[in-house]
Amino acid sequence: MTRRYSDRALLLLLLLLVAFALTLADAARLRAVRAPALAESGALVRGLGLTDLCLYTEARYTRHPSQADLHSAFQDHPSALEHFPTGSIVSPPASLMHFLEAGREGNGRAPSSGKPEVSGKP
Amino acid sequence: MNLWIEKQRYLIDFTLASLARRKWKNLGLLLVYALLVFVLASVTLFSHALRQEAARLLQDSPELILQRMVAGRHDLVPPGYMDRIGQIRGVQKKEGRLWGYYFDPVVKANYTFMVSPVAGLARGSIEIGSAMARVRGLAAGNVISFRSYTGDLFSFKVVGVLPRNSELVSADLVLLAEDDFRAFFSIPPGHYTDIALSVANPQEVRTVAAKLASALPDSRPILREEVLRTYAAILDWREGIVLALLFGAILAFGILAWEKASGLSAEERTEIGILKAIGWETGDVVGMKLWEGLLLSLTAFLLGFVAAYVHVFRFSASLFESVLKGWSVLYPRFELTPHIDGLQVATLFFFTVFPYAAAVLVPIWRAAITDPDAVMR
Repeated sequence: MTRRYSDRALLLLLLLLVAFALTLADAARLRAVRAPALAESGALVRGLGLTDLCLYTEARYTRHPSQADLHSAFQDHPSALEHFPTGSIVSPPASLMHFLEAGREGNGRAPSSGKPEVSGKP
Repeated sequence: MNLWIEKQRYLIDFTLASLARRKWKNLGLLLVYALLVFVLASVTLFSHALRQEAARLLQDSPELILQRMVAGRHDLVPPGYMDRIGQIRGVQKKEGRLWGYYFDPVVKANYTFMVSPVAGLARGSIEIGSAMARVRGLAAGNVISFRSYTGDLFSFKVVGVLPRNSELVSADLVLLAEDDFRAFFSIPPGHYTDIALSVANPQEVRTVAAKLASALPDSRPILREEVLRTYAAILDWREGIVLALLFGAILAFGILAWEKASGLSAEERTEIGILKAIGWETGDVVGMKLWEGLLLSLTAFLLGFVAAYVHVFRFSASLFESVLKGWSVLYPRFELTPHIDGLQVATLFFFTVFPYAAAVLVPIWRAAITDPDAVMR
């Protein structure tokens, strides 16, 4: 067995590089293995006309963020606080961000194209 | 060439022997460094894979959905709408969709009830998502009752459970016959929740959406590309939140690494002085330190990345699962398909390996060009 530090270090790096290459190979293998399952899910989405992922089911605007109406997150009364944690980690709409930026710059006016958008829509 | 390689090997030998003299300190740095790469790589690998999965699945969603809005809220599409849509040029196919939500007080979960246009279900029978089957302990052949919003009790026989592999899109689904759906939610014939449309020429989807919005002013068209953009934004936002939370840790490591790499200890200064005094050239000293930075940062990067891959794709990102995936009573069990973005890996490599390797150079250059006698003092 070699005793030189350089040999040991290079051997370790080589092993790590092989492990790195193995992750890429494993990713390709898993993609091939899971392709039929993905195709099955795709067929279900196509067949049923599904529009959203089933990740957050606690409210309608979190179950179907892409289909939620303009006021769904604030449905109880104007400027009501949002109840569900998912909503708080869905990004604010782009127009709102522009509005805030405009306000921060001092003019306090929304940009002319600042049309309200759906909650969660960029 | 052989001489050059041999020289580099001796430099590495010397560098590692020098590092071994402060073994625990350097091992600790390597561990923290690898841990940081592991956390960053886990977040980026997970988010990228989920974004890809969402984009791949929702690529098959309807090209255009038309909703009707009343007082700013989504309302049922009344009879006659379909005929008016049929008069708009470019619309190839239109299909009324029936779906809605039902809160199950037994497990305190929301289900999505939906009429399946393909399953051909008989009255009184349902197909359910596998997360719902798991939560309610149901299997094909079981009977389940739901109390409708009118107070009537409806019993359904479970004739099938949707594939477990499709849980990401079907975990909470309850598919039923159209007549059952209308009776359960008291929706009169001819009314629909919304309308799914396909357009003959994909280039004209926006034009058709504009025509629809103009012909039916109380409607709201939602394009497939908007759906895809919504999910890209949601998942980007979540990744951003995790990275923002980690920012303090990244900064702390940055300070630690900078301090370690750019500040030379008295012992290291003396070592450089001695090396210069016994005939080492400035290039050799710089080369030695460059190897130190490169070996340490490269090892940390590879260790961290491989561990992150195993964590995300073999252990379902169990450490950050709740933050990245979110939560709900009916949470789907899904395994992400690995999609490794080369640019992401290159960015991670650049921002973790290069700064450390570069940070060691400046102080060592300064020390190496100084008179050995002055350095040793």
